[in-house]
Amino acid sequence: MLRLRRDYLLISGILIVGLVVSATLLAPLLAPFDPTAPTSGERLLPPGSPFYMGTDQLQRDVFSRVIYGGRVPILVALISCALSLVVGTLLGWIAGYTGGRLDRALSLIMDAIYSFPALILAIAIVAMLGPGLANMTAAIAFVYIPTYFRVARGQVLAVRAQEFVEAARALGASSVRTLLRHIAPNTLPAVMTVPSFNIADAILTEAALSFLGFGLPPPTPDWGFDIQNGQKFLQSGFWWLITFPGLMIILLSVGFGMIGEGVNDRLNPRRRRLA
Amino acid sequence: MARYILARLAFTIPMLLILLTLVFVILRILPGDPCLALLGGRNVTPEGIAQCRELLGLNRPILVQYLDYLGDAARLDFGTSVRTGLPVTQELLLRFPATVELAVFGMLGATLLGMLSGVYASVRRDQRADHVIRVLNIASFAMPVFWIGLMFLMLFAVRWRLFPAGGRLDPVAAAFFTPVTNLYTIDTLLRGNLYLFLSSLHHLVLPSLTLAIVVSGFIGRMTRSSMLEVLDREYVTVARAKGLHERTVIIRHALANALIPIVTVVGLQFALLMAGAILTETVYSWPGIARYLLESISSRDFTAIQGAVIFIAFFISAVNLLVDVLYARLDPRIRF
Repeated sequence: MLRLRRDYLLISGILIVGLVVSATLLAPLLAPFDPTAPTSGERLLPPGSPFYMGTDQLQRDVFSRVIYGGRVPILVALISCALSLVVGTLLGWIAGYTGGRLDRALSLIMDAIYSFPALILAIAIVAMLGPGLANMTAAIAFVYIPTYFRVARGQVLAVRAQEFVEAARALGASSVRTLLRHIAPNTLPAVMTVPSFNIADAILTEAALSFLGFGLPPPTPDWGFDIQNGQKFLQSGFWWLITFPGLMIILLSVGFGMIGEGVNDRLNPRRRRLA
Repeated sequence: MARYILARLAFTIPMLLILLTLVFVILRILPGDPCLALLGGRNVTPEGIAQCRELLGLNRPILVQYLDYLGDAARLDFGTSVRTGLPVTQELLLRFPATVELAVFGMLGATLLGMLSGVYASVRRDQRADHVIRVLNIASFAMPVFWIGLMFLMLFAVRWRLFPAGGRLDPVAAAFFTPVTNLYTIDTLLRGNLYLFLSSLHHLVLPSLTLAIVVSGFIGRMTRSSMLEVLDREYVTVARAKGLHERTVIIRHALANALIPIVTVVGLQFALLMAGAILTETVYSWPGIARYLLESISSRDFTAIQGAVIFIAFFISAVNLLVDVLYARLDPRIRF
């Protein structure tokens, strides 16, 4: 299955993501303090004991907030990626299979969305819908639809031309059956390389949105928002407020990025040599 | 060449139309009333809402609004900002050079960092340096832009005081300086003020480095794979066999031929660069269009939000066009 030398990226990615996700899931057990309530410690204490990552201006324990702070980003990233995976892949299948005017129209729309900076589009959507968990998820899901669309469509075009598809048609299979039973399953391996990179992107977009104040209202712990909070104290040198939540974002996003690279390496050995 | 540019332009127009429609749908059709948001829930009377809708033209049939909107966009007339009372176009044009300057320096830095690391990794393929660069590349696009910016600020501006913590010029000297083009690196030279020129460069270092790091990962990766494609070609072997210096072989023979995919990637990263710019401008209080967009959102200035988003769409389409033309110029095999 996995070999340490060959799959070092995949294995370390899985380890990192597993570590961060389980810490987040086990937050009630791991966090020494309530992330939203003031502790008995002073405000803005530097890291030490018993506050491993210090305290913030409201005497809250930064370590507890960091552990809890992954809940919103992970939830938003997973749900939005699942949504864009389903919608984007379905549209890609339909466009690639039917071809013609529908395909051209859909492709043009997707290219337009794709060419626009995802973050700015997401900001515009959230600005109109208003901040919040559901709106943030919807905005992120929307901006990543083209990523799946392009891969799914391209794969359908490649698979459609093969003999077994023609054979299925010759045997009298309907178009829907041909697409769903014969073409679609063959596009999935390529489509499934996208999510791990995409989740890494979605985590960064979520972090940016909540950093800019489009996320959940305080006191909900959220890495991006906590960094924005720490920014106010940057001039005073209270480094722990921004450093730790940021490191968690990087850890999670690097983890997913490594999984993506590793999966790609396994599926495409030639690319491994080059990329 | 002219025919190619025309053909490419013809393709840009439907693309822009779709983008404009998308923005229209997001801003006008999605739930969320700009007037309700503008008046902010404080003693909102039905009359007040009606008056505001009248003022923004939101009470007209949606199709009329749409056509009107397209017409305004085509004339680059984005209406009047509710917040400042100035034409949005004028405000955008005033801030645009700041974004351009940041983007250009960011892109230069990213290209330099990316190409150097990519070429080095390809030459040292599968050795330790190659693996280290690969992991650094993955990390570079996994880092939140705003976090890199804040870290730089904390270390280089607050702790070591090597660079200014924000803004575009030394505030004291800037008071006596009237910009010409608003591209400060050029303006200060035009005015012949070397001190201010250095000051503008000094202010550019941290923001553009922040942007550069985010974008450099993709360029580095593409450079490496593109270099590896050409490094085992026969002409490289021939060049080595002729006894050319290894550096000449790498730069003149390999890199020159590996350049086309790299240019494409540089162009494609522009959207990423703009997304990064919105965060960089926020962190470094850089007075560009991205920050203008955010300020407009927080003051619920609907016309300004719309103007800024359309402006960014125009800008991106223009850059994509430019990249394609450049691409065609670089590769004689691309027919036009």
